[in-house]
Order: sequence, then C-alpha cells, then structure tokens
Amino acid sequence: MTTTTTPATQPATTNRVSRDYEKPLWRRVLLTREMAIVALLVLVVAYAMLTVRGFAQPITLNYLLLDIAPILLIALPMTLVMITGEIDLSVGSMVGLASVVTGAGVHAGLPFELAAVLALLVGAIGGAFNGFLVTVVGLPSLAVTIGTLALFRGLAVGLLGTTAVTDFPEGWTALAKAKIAGTTIPYIMIPFLILLVIFVVVLHFTPFGRGIYAIGQSKDAARFSGVHLERTKFLLFMAAGLVAAFAGVFYTLRFGSARGDNATGLELQVIAAVVLGGVSVFGGRGQLYGVVAAVLLIGVLSSALRLANVTSDVINVITGTLLVVSVVSASLLAWLQKVRRRRSGPVSSVAAPTAS
Amino acid sequence: MKFAHKRATAVAAAAVAAALALSGCADTGSSGGGSSEGGGSDNLSITFLPKSLGNPYFDTSSKGGKAAVEELGGTFAEVGPAESGPDAQVSYINTATQQGVGSLVVSANDPKAICDALNEARDAGVKVVTFDSDTNADCRDLFVNQATADGIAKVQVDLIAEQIGDAGEIAIVSSTANATNQNTWIDKMKELLAADHPNIQLVDVVYGDDDEQISFDKTAAVLQSHPNLKGIVSPTTIGISAAARYLSTSDYKGKVALTGLGTPNQMREYIEDGTVTAFALWNPEDLGYLSAYAAAALINGDITGKEGDTFKAGKLGEYTVGADATVLLGDPYVFDKDNIDDFDF
Repeated sequence: MTTTTTPATQPATTNRVSRDYEKPLWRRVLLTREMAIVALLVLVVAYAMLTVRGFAQPITLNYLLLDIAPILLIALPMTLVMITGEIDLSVGSMVGLASVVTGAGVHAGLPFELAAVLALLVGAIGGAFNGFLVTVVGLPSLAVTIGTLALFRGLAVGLLGTTAVTDFPEGWTALAKAKIAGTTIPYIMIPFLILLVIFVVVLHFTPFGRGIYAIGQSKDAARFSGVHLERTKFLLFMAAGLVAAFAGVFYTLRFGSARGDNATGLELQVIAAVVLGGVSVFGGRGQLYGVVAAVLLIGVLSSALRLANVTSDVINVITGTLLVVSVVSASLLAWLQKVRRRRSGPVSSVAAPTAS
Repeated sequence: MKFAHKRATAVAAAAVAAALALSGCADTGSSGGGSSEGGGSDNLSITFLPKSLGNPYFDTSSKGGKAAVEELGGTFAEVGPAESGPDAQVSYINTATQQGVGSLVVSANDPKAICDALNEARDAGVKVVTFDSDTNADCRDLFVNQATADGIAKVQVDLIAEQIGDAGEIAIVSSTANATNQNTWIDKMKELLAADHPNIQLVDVVYGDDDEQISFDKTAAVLQSHPNLKGIVSPTTIGISAAARYLSTSDYKGKVALTGLGTPNQMREYIEDGTVTAFALWNPEDLGYLSAYAAAALINGDITGKEGDTFKAGKLGEYTVGADATVLLGDPYVFDKDNIDDFDF
C-alpha cells in the first residue's frame, strides 16, 4: 500500500533522496537536525539537574509537562500543516475561543461534558473555515490565519465580555492536574501520547503522510502523482482547529478560569518550537520527534532558567537566540556542504558538521 | 530500505524519550529532599511576584520589599512574567514551590487562574501573601490591602467632582478588563456617583491593558466618541500617564480634567504644565515594605492570618490583621502641585 506512493516524493527531490542514501544508516539517523535538538535537550536536562538547585526533583517534571502540554498538543497538527508549506496562526486564538465556549456553556447551565464537546465542535468548524479559505478559495494561509487569529480572539472576548467563568466541576479540574499514579507525570500526557502515536503513524507510515511531504516539496509534482492536495490541506487545518480546541478545554480546566484573553500569543510559541524542531517553513521537511524534543527543550530551558531566578526578558532572549541560531546554522551548513561537495566530490567529510 | 530508515528513526526517538523519562524519574527519586528544606520556620527567603516586570509601580513596591527583607536579614528575589496574562504567573509560582522559598508575595493577574498553583505552594510550606491585587481568599494566607476600595473610589470621585464642577460627562480609562482591583473600584465609583453626584454621567469605560500605547489610543478614541466629555478618571498608573501624555499635546488640555491613580515621577511634568491638577495614590514602596514584613511575620509564626493578630512592620509601626486575613496600609494620598516634589517614586 505504502510503496505505491513513494514515487510521489521522488520526482521533486531526486538529488536529496540520492544523497541520503549515500551515507550509512547510523549517520542518517544520528547526524540530523532533529538529533542535534535531542542531544541539546539531553545536555540541558543533565546540566540543569547537576547545577540548578531544585530542578532535580519529581515535581519539576509535573510542572514542566503541565506548562508545555498545550504547546505539545498543538505542535502535532502544526508540524503537519507546516510540512505542507502552509501555516496556521489562529491556533492560539482558537485555544481562547474554545476556552470561552466551554465557559459560556457551563455558565449557561449546560453540563461540562456537553460544553466541552461544543468547544471541540467549534474548533473543528473554525479549522474547517481556515481550510476552506485556503483550499477552496485559494488564499494564502498566512493571510487567512492572521485574519482568523483576530476573528477567533474577537469572538472569544466578545462572547464573555469582561467576566471570567470559574465554576467548573471539581472532578474535571482535578483530572486536568492529576498525576498518573506513582509518578509525577500529569494525566494530560495520556491523550497527548495517543495523539502523538496517531500523528506519527499518519505522517510517517501512510500514503496520506507521504502526500503531506510531497505537497511541501512540490505542489505540482504532488498533484501529478495523484495526491489530493486540497483534501489533505483541508483535513490538516481542521485537525489543527480540533486539537487547538482540545488544548483550550484542557487550558480552561487547568487554570479553572475561562477568559477571552486565555493563551494569547500561544501560536508563536508553537511555531517557534516547530521551527526549532527542524521543520522547514517552506515545507517538505521535518520529523515529529524533532518537534517534540524542541518543545521539551524550550520548556526545560525556561523552567531551569526560572529556577535560577533569571528574569523573563532574559529567558525570551535566550530562547529567541536559540531559534535564530538553529535556523541560521542549518542553512549555513547546507550551504557549506554544497560548496564542499562542488569542490571535493561526494560523501566523505560532508556529513560531519551536521552534528553541531 | 526506506522503511528501515524510518523505523530506525522512530525506534531511536522512542528510546531517547524513554531514557529521558526514566532518568527523570530515577534522579528525582533519590534527591527528593530538595523541597523539604523550604518552608521551615526560619526560612526568610521572600520572593516578590508582581503582575509583570518593567512596571515602575511594581519596581517601587519591590524596592520597598527589598529594603524590608534586608532589614530582616533575609534573602529577597523578584521574578515575574514580561506580560500580564491570566496564567503567566503560574509557572513562576511553581518555580517558587520548587525552590522552597519561605514566602511568596504576589500581585494577582487573575483571582482564580493562579489559585491552585498558590495552594500547592502553601501545601509545600510556602507562606503566600498577596498585595495590590488579591486572589480568592482561600488561596492565600494574607492580603496586604493598599487602601480600601471605598477609600480609593471616594478619593477619585471627590477629585473629579471638584475638578469638573460636579456636573458633566466623564469616562474611565482602566487597565485590563479582568483586573480584580480595577473592577471593584469602578463599581464603587459608579455607586458613589449615583448616590452623591447625580449630575455626573459616567459614559464609557475603556481598557488600555496596562500598555502605554493602547491606553494612549483609547484615550484619544474616547475623547473623539464623546465630544462633551469633561473629565477622565484613570485608576491605573500606566493609564493616567498615557492619558496625560495625550491630553498635554491635544486641544483638550485644560478643558478636559484628568485624575486617577498615578505615581509622582510619571505625573510630575503634567502637574507642572497644568494638564492635571491633582491625583491620588498610596505609597507603593510602603506597600512592598509592609508586605515583606507581613510575610516575615507569617514565616516566623508571629501571625497566622487570624483577625486581631498584630505584628510590627519596621518604620511603619504596628499593624493589626483585619477580617478575611487582610492588612490595610492606610488612606490614599492626594498629590498636587504643592506636595509632588516631596516624593520620588
């Protein structure tokens, strides 16, 4: 089944694919952008455990995962959207809107479960609206989602006004913060892991996923190879809206407060992590494990720096610098490789610099 | 071949993830003592968590807090988010819990969103003092109130009534729409206006989000949409200075009165050029100072937050804990041309 679609990727990337297979397996696995992030993550975790007071205790993992859970969740569909070369800037506002819909529903007397389902529905509809404008109308996703970023946020603030709904069922708010028995890992990691498995399988092991890469590498080639361009993108935007709404329901429960300005600016944190994780903003390249490692890396860095009493401005500067360095070094290395290859022919020393 | 590559990648990722998770668990088990050293009776490490950093008001309160902590021989720290979002403080509260600080002195961005995090901190032995903007009463040990809502509403209503001759349209430029203290004050002002000043109509409340530029723009907008406006009340330090900056360069200068809560250093030039005749505030430095002493009194066990408990707050003298575990700093203070040069904050 899968083999039938492999030709889809090849016409667009003939040179890259052949280059990949010049190298031995261990090099292809270990000397990648994603592995560099994973290595950096391990390094930062080890360093923080040894030197930052208060980092090496069980509760750190709990706070850390609770903090980054919404980013982890939304990064999954965002990765797929960005591999197709599109972007969804409206996810942060969708988190806010879903939070407000949940709150307004509960406030209006609906049972929480129904309000949450309603919020998920709103997420799917909002995502489908983005998808419709991008695929059917054919507008660029950057413009569309800047528009819906403002639209969803406006709806969220307009729906609740200045009030904040805080009366959610105790059982659900407790569940949002509950730890898996015997560990300090919050329960929200279970839905996250389920979603992670689904997204990994879809992206890496199905024709649909191959199509996502194909679209990112060359729209025309993908279309000629039989990839349903519009349907794929539409479904991805819908998934982004749905997952963002799920994150919004979680967000509401975690803080026990539904407000119009919840999760303002979250979309940029998600996109920063996705880019840091090795996904190209031009589409066509990226791996989910790199993105997950990048979200963890940013989370661990800010957690450790906060524990060291570093101020928020400096933390922003550090994560920003990390992002810029990672993007610049990736293109610098690609350029260096190209230059060296032209001079000295293929392989040999080519792959070594990628590790740094 | 292709699948081997993919599968190997996935296996490697899973292995790394598992290793991370396992090492995380293993390490944490052996060094769990980190947090228990906090919360002891003599742990005078006091961390201030304002709504956001880079706000001169909180810079001043932290200055007072720092002075008090140094007098007491403790360790002072100030942390906080760059932007005042509802949830932005939660990770800093969690961090303080991890560090095992003696007391956390917080000005809340949202009365509920940070509640659970604060209660977790209290369970871990951290004494929680709120100041400036309170949380729900069951999330903290003590609230240091800068002034009663009645006192603040009254001083601002009195000032604006005096400045516009007790008649005409006024508007309010507030901070964020969910700020606990702002909304309480605005409600009280509405009550006072309705009861004692029937000729003054409050025509609009706009929100500048504690942002200089947004407050500036909202001031301009409210003046345009209400041409008969005679006065503006801005119960937020950033709001009033932005409104004053707008008024001082516009045709409305001297025609539309402006008062509210501001700091002397921010308002000095507008008092001098006549844009503003008088405004009110408490001394945030004293507020921070009192909060730090209250935190230390909680850590030492001198007070528990029970009504009637008393403690000494250095140069400010003795204070008594009132109802709902609240300590009151005092009456608001009115600044005008004659006394503004006596203050520097």
